[in-house]
Parts: sequence; structure tokens; C-alpha cells
Amino acid sequence: MKILVAISKAPDTTSKISFTDGDTKFNEAGVQFIVNPYDEWYALVRALELKEANGGSVTTITVGGADADPIIRKALAIGADNAVRVDATPSDAYFVASQISEYAKDKEYDLVMTGKETIDYNGSQVGGLVAGMLDLPYLPNISKLDVAGTTATAEREIQGGEEVLETQLPLVLSASKGMAEQRIPNMRGIMAARAKKLEVIPAASGEALTEIIDYSLPPAKSAVKLIDPENAADLIELLHSEAKVI
Amino acid sequence: MSEENKQALGGGEFIIKDTDAMDIFIPEEFGEEQKMIGQMCTEFLAQEVVPVIERIDAAEEGLMPSLLEKAGEMGMLGISVPEELGGFNKNFVTSMLTTEKLGAGYSFSVALSAHTGIGTLPILYYGTEEQKNKYIPKLVSGEWKAAYCLTEPNAGSDANSGKTKAKLSEDGKNWVITGQKMWITNAGFADVFTVFAKIEDDDNLSAFIIDAHSEGITLNPEEKKMGIKGSSTRQVFFNEVKVPVENQLGERQIGFKIALNILNVGRIKLAGAVLGGAKETMDQAINYANERNQFGRPISKYGAIKYKLSRMAIKIFASESAVYRASQNIDDKIHSLIDSGMEKSKATLKGIEEYAIECAVMKVHSSEVLDYVVDEGVQIHGGMGYSAESAVERAYRDSRINRIFEGTNEINRMLSVDMMLKKAMKGTLDLMGPAQEVVGELMGIPDFGSGNESELELLHKYIKNFKKAVLMVAGSAAQTLMMSLAKEQEILMAISDMLIETYVSESVLLRVEKLQKTEGESEMNTLKMNAAKAYIYEAADKINILGKEALVSFAEGDELKMMLMGLKRFTKQDPVNIKELRRSIAEKMIAENKFIF
Ligand SMILES: Cc1cc2nc3c(=O)[nH]c(=O)nc-3n(C[C@H](O)[C@H](O)[C@H](O)COP(=O)(O)OP(=O)(O)OC[C@H]3O[C@@H](n4cnc5c(N)ncnc54)[C@H](O)[C@@H]3O)c2cc1C
Repeated sequence: MKILVAISKAPDTTSKISFTDGDTKFNEAGVQFIVNPYDEWYALVRALELKEANGGSVTTITVGGADADPIIRKALAIGADNAVRVDATPSDAYFVASQISEYAKDKEYDLVMTGKETIDYNGSQVGGLVAGMLDLPYLPNISKLDVAGTTATAEREIQGGEEVLETQLPLVLSASKGMAEQRIPNMRGIMAARAKKLEVIPAASGEALTEIIDYSLPPAKSAVKLIDPENAADLIELLHSEAKVI
Repeated sequence: MSEENKQALGGGEFIIKDTDAMDIFIPEEFGEEQKMIGQMCTEFLAQEVVPVIERIDAAEEGLMPSLLEKAGEMGMLGISVPEELGGFNKNFVTSMLTTEKLGAGYSFSVALSAHTGIGTLPILYYGTEEQKNKYIPKLVSGEWKAAYCLTEPNAGSDANSGKTKAKLSEDGKNWVITGQKMWITNAGFADVFTVFAKIEDDDNLSAFIIDAHSEGITLNPEEKKMGIKGSSTRQVFFNEVKVPVENQLGERQIGFKIALNILNVGRIKLAGAVLGGAKETMDQAINYANERNQFGRPISKYGAIKYKLSRMAIKIFASESAVYRASQNIDDKIHSLIDSGMEKSKATLKGIEEYAIECAVMKVHSSEVLDYVVDEGVQIHGGMGYSAESAVERAYRDSRINRIFEGTNEINRMLSVDMMLKKAMKGTLDLMGPAQEVVGELMGIPDFGSGNESELELLHKYIKNFKKAVLMVAGSAAQTLMMSLAKEQEILMAISDMLIETYVSESVLLRVEKLQKTEGESEMNTLKMNAAKAYIYEAADKINILGKEALVSFAEGDELKMMLMGLKRFTKQDPVNIKELRRSIAEKMIAENKFIF
């Protein structure tokens, strides 16, 4: 099986989020970056399991600058065979998807996998866009994936239950929790990663369709207001005028 | 910085010579691969160890050995072992980083350190080719677990006084070992023991590799301990245990030397490990302080709590600076010895032995930093810190052992001064020349400085003065008391603490100086500079008090007066607003909700 896994960097979940340049840029100073967990723990690891069971290869692709190299080498240490980095700023989902599909279009991947979202922008778009651009079936939010021959069986959670899907390879999917277990790269993997190929390619033509105008943090949680049980009318008034829920 | 231009100081030389900041290694310079290795350790603890910590501490049968096997699969048991023996041949600094990261693993980290350190290293460093090939790959993979049997009921700090005996069997094929060992870490599941015993009526110990499953070996039940409850600690009895003669480790009577050299490594490794534990507690304390509300606001808003948090962080930062500085010195020495044709394991031993003073000094400092950190960690948690359900309670109990094993802190303090004076007597460290110079300076007009030194220049002057204080006190104590100084332990202890504070102060200053030179200005570098300033500020007063204690204990009359004046001069500093320095650090940690350095 020939598998392509899209991985991107995301801020560590304990990072303090702030903005610069008049709230138009995410402030990366002091932020630790990790492999986006949905890409790493689920998509990449399941890809490796499929390769171990069926043979083949796992390539990772990242759209980003050289600052993404540490997370790419982590993916190599976990076990990907080689990596590609499209040397461009990942300006929006459409741009990223067009770069990935441009790279993948003539390489006959059986599977193209992404995480269901990145934990920073939570866009959930790249997988679907890539599938559209490559004209392949798209399975979103997959929590379990099995492949027998060229038939893929996938499960995903839906409101109040589970859905089981079946389709033929090649396909694109986005991975959610449950598809695999986290693998910690071991010493052998870390040392081997040095010798693996990380190919940097220029961006293909393509444009971003959206632009971020500015950022803001969610409003700070305001203090709790305590209302005496005697004054139910005050409560109703506040729920109506301040909380605007009734 | 090219390697050739580095001016590496010899062991203990820091007290008489200056170091160029660009020549030291600082943790900010870890490379991508080293960071990945460190992260592997952190993730391993989070995934495999922390979720089962209660079961570990309940000493669940088979759990600890299975975790060690998993660590072996990850490659964590052979970081610096040569590749031909199944390891990864990483340098000392990298293995220190893994030690630090894994140091946050409570009892697990004790079991792991005992296995990879005192368990594996005697064979790695002193074993014959056959012995290494037989044991090391299996110890690295985790298939076999190791323990180190030195201590006996009546031979603790005085390890060479052990009574365990080895006699040659009549057919000359076996050593027959009889004796009792106590406090043996990993004894409950170890497969391989390194045992120290005296052959017949020898004065000194010899060492033996013994199959733990041999006939004649029995164990007492697990010791009931204050902390590290998940670490197996048992007495081991040897009753006429037959050991093939080829299992003797090293030559006859060099066992004590093996024991001491292995302890040198163990000491600096312990210093690294406790930093990992301290950082973990640091994070927990900051988190709790931010979450806990009293009098209508988070307790992290209170100055008393900020004071604690910042001092914890400053001490960790300073201790870490010195541990990695020494580790890189050791690495450089090892490499220069290898380059001059020495075999790796020999070079490693020699490299570590060269810096035995720094190893002893850092063992003491870091273990006491950890004790400070866990103590204040509990305090910040208030009643919750006293609850057996909080992580800091475990950290508090687990911390205490570190001042006792790998040589008690008293023994290490005494050793640090003793080794220094021995080097001086052997002529490998010129203490007396510089000490005389200081005395000369006392007679002259004090240097009041130009008044327009830069901040860094001023701080460097303080460190130079600390060194002068140590040289003055140690030099005159040695001259006045001569051979009887060894019996004046109170004085030795004071000198040792002056030495420790000086080494750590210099290390933290060199670190921030290098950062300023390589990274330039940033908010974080300002905070790190504040930490260095705050550390050095406190150190000056400590050195002053310690110096006074020592001086009044042996000097008299005009000489005493003159030296007390000198000491005052050498520990004088311009006033700084220490509260603001500390607050800057605390406030950043509170905002980030984690340890920032
Ligand atoms: C949990 C645990 C695990 C251990 N694991 C191992 C192990 O795996 N292998 C092993 O061989 N040993 C191990 N030890 C033993 C440990 O190394 C010793 O406990 C330690 O060396 C101190 O010896 P002691 O307990 O006999 O104390 P003592 O030597 O009796 O010391 C008691 C006190 O006297 C002080 N003192 C002793 N001599 C002097 C002196 N000359 N001058 C001034 N003060 C002095 C000490 O500093 C200490 O404060 C372990 C101990 C513990 C508690």
C-alpha cells in the first residue's frame, strides 16, 4: 500500500495564546510546537500499521517553512519512510489542499490521510478539499479503518451512534480519535530518522481563498452572580437581559 | 565555537580560573535529536508510568520489571552504551538529558537509574570483553535487570569496611562468597548483582558479577520506606554462593576504586535526575496556585506565594546550569582522551574522575534544591499538599532519599574539599598561589571598581570575589590547621558550602551571559538574567555567613580581623530590589501556568 499522510505543526496544548501586529498574527514566541495530534496519533500510526500488515510505504507531506522540520523528523522517527515539505506558508485550507493534491495527483497513492482537524485552527477542511481536487471518495472523522484488498471499511461516530462505511481504494480520509494508539518514537527510530529523506519542494501555483483579518481571545469568564432564592424575579430578569437565554 | 578553541578547565580549577561563557554548554543549546530523545522520555513517563504510579508504589508484583523491559524496548537503558553492545553511543550530555527527563518518574526513576547506573556501569567500565558481551546487551534490552551490592549493615558511608568475604574453592574454579548486603535497590527482581567483597584477608574490596538466581542467595522482605515505595529495596544474604572465577570484575582489591568511580557517575546523574523531579513539582505548584482561590482570588496573586514560586524556579535554573556545564566538561575530557588513543570506557571513567569535585558538589546542591522545591510545593498546596492523594505529597516523601544515597551529602561535602586539597598537595591544582595572592590583596587598598561597570562586569566581579573568599578561608584553614583540618568537619562543611555556592553562582552567570551573547535581548533572557542576579545576591550573604563561621573557628587576633574584613569586602554587593527580580519570574510563570526556564 502506498500511503500519503498530511501532517502539520500545532501549538502544544499548554501554550499561552497571544497575538501580535495589532492582533493580526499569532504570537509564536515561546510556543512549543508539536505534531498535530490527530495527524500523529491516529492518521500516521494507522498508516504505519497498515504498511506493517500489507507492505508498502508511508510518506508524510507538510505545507510549511523550515520551522516545521522538527515535527516532520518526529514523524520520521515514529516510522514514516520519507517526507516531503512544500516550502510555503500554509495560508489557508484551500491553498494547503491544492499543494497536497498537486503533489499527490500523479503518484497513485492508495490512501491519503489527514487528521480530522488541527488543534489550533480547527478548520476540518483540508481532507475534503483534497478529495475533491483529486476526485476521490472522502471519509471524514474516521475512528476505525480496515483494508482488505482494495476494499476499505471505516467507522465513524455520528449523532447517537456509529456509521460503518465501505468503499474502494484509492480514497482520502480524515482521522479522529480511536483509529490508533499513540506511538512514542524509540531510540532506534530517532536515530534512523536522520538518514531518512526529507525532500523540500517549491510550492505549486495556487492561491488562498481566505485571509485572516484579525484574532481575538474568547472573552474572559466573568464572575458568578449569586442571587438570593427569594429573588427569583431578579434571576429571570438577568437571564433575559444579560445572559439573553430566555 | 570550534572545539579546538575551547579552554576547558580541569576538575576543581573553577576556583582559581575564569571560564569564558562561550566555552560552556547550556541547556538552551540542545539539538533537535537531543530534544526528541528528551521528549521520548517525557512521553514514556506520561503514557506508561504516571497512570500506574499508585500500583507502582503498592509494589505490585512484576510491574516494575515489566516497565524496565518497556524502557529497554524504547532504547532508554542504553543511551550511552556503545553500539556494538546494543546501545546508542550518545554522549554524556545526552544521557544526562534523558536522566533528567526520566527523573520525574518517582520510584520508577530510582529503579531505572539503579539499573542503568550502578547496575550496568561497573560491568561496562571494568568488565572484560567476555563479561561485557555476556551481560551488557541483555541489560540494555531490559531482559536482565541489575543491582549493586555495596552497603552492609555495618558498612554504609564507610563502605570499604564491609565484612562480606570471598574464598577460592578447593578446585580453584569458584569464588565462594558469604556475607550480608543491605539497602539493595532492585534486589527483588534483579538477575545480575555486582557484589563487593574482600578476598580472604585483603584490606580492600574486590568486585564480582553474580547471577542473582545462584544457590545460596536469599532475600529479606521489602524494606518499609518513607518514600520511593515502589522501588524494591531488600537485604541480600550470600551463604557460600559459588561464583565462577571468570566472574571476578576487575583486579583483586580494586573493588573499592570501582565503587568510588561508579559513585562519581552516580552523583552527577542523581543531580540531573532530581532536577527532572523538581521541574515536575514546580509545574504542579504553579498550577495549584493558579487554581486555588482564597480571600476571593487565586493564591498565586499573593506575594508570599510568588516568593516561593520564584525561589524554587531560580534554584532549579541555577542548579541546572551547573549540572550541564559539568556534564559538557566531562564529555570534552572523554573525547580528548579518546582522541589521544584511550579506549572509550576507560576514557569515560577518567573523564568523570577528573570532575569528581564537581560531581560531588552538584549531588549535594541539586538534591537540596529538590528538597526545597518539594517542601515549598507541599506548602503551596496547603492541606491538600498533606493529602496522600496529591502528587506533591509523593514528591515530598520520594525526595528525601536523594540526600542519603550515592554518598550522604555530608560525605560528599567533605569529599569535595578533601579532593580539592589533595589536588593542591599533589600539585595538580595550584590553590596556594592564588590563596597567597588574595592574602596579599587584603593588605592592599580595596578595589572599589570604576563605578561604571556593566551589569555583567559587576556580576563577574562578584563571582571573582566569591572565589577569593573561598581561597582565603580554605587556604588559611589549611595553613593554620594543617593535618588536623580533616578533623574539623564543621570548618570543612562550611568551606564546602562556599565552594558549592561559588560554582553554582558562576555557572548560572555564564549561562545567562552566553544567552545574551548568542541570542541577544528577549523577555525570556531578561528573566533568566534576573534569576542569575537573584541567585548570586543570595549566595553572597550565604558565603559571608559560612566564611565567618569558618574563620572564627580557627583564626584569631589581627589575622582574624583582617580576614573578616576581607570576607566582608568579597561578599559585598550593590543593593538590588530582590523582590522585584523574583516577582518578574513568578509573574511570568503564573501567566504561563508552568515552569518557564
Ligand atoms: C532506599 C535506599 C536505597 C539504597 N540503595 C543502595 C544500593 O542499591 N546499593 C548499595 O550498595 N547501597 C544502597 N543504599 C545504601 C546507601 O548508599 C547508604 O544508606 C548510605 O551510603 C549511607 O550509609 P548508612 O545508611 O550506613 O549511613 P551511615 O554511614 O551510618 O551514616 C549516618 C549518618 O552519619 C554521617 N556520617 C557517616 N560517616 C561520617 C563521617 N565520616 N563524617 C561525618 N559524618 C558521617 C552520615 O552522613 C549520616 O548523616 C541505599 C539506601 C537506601 C536508604
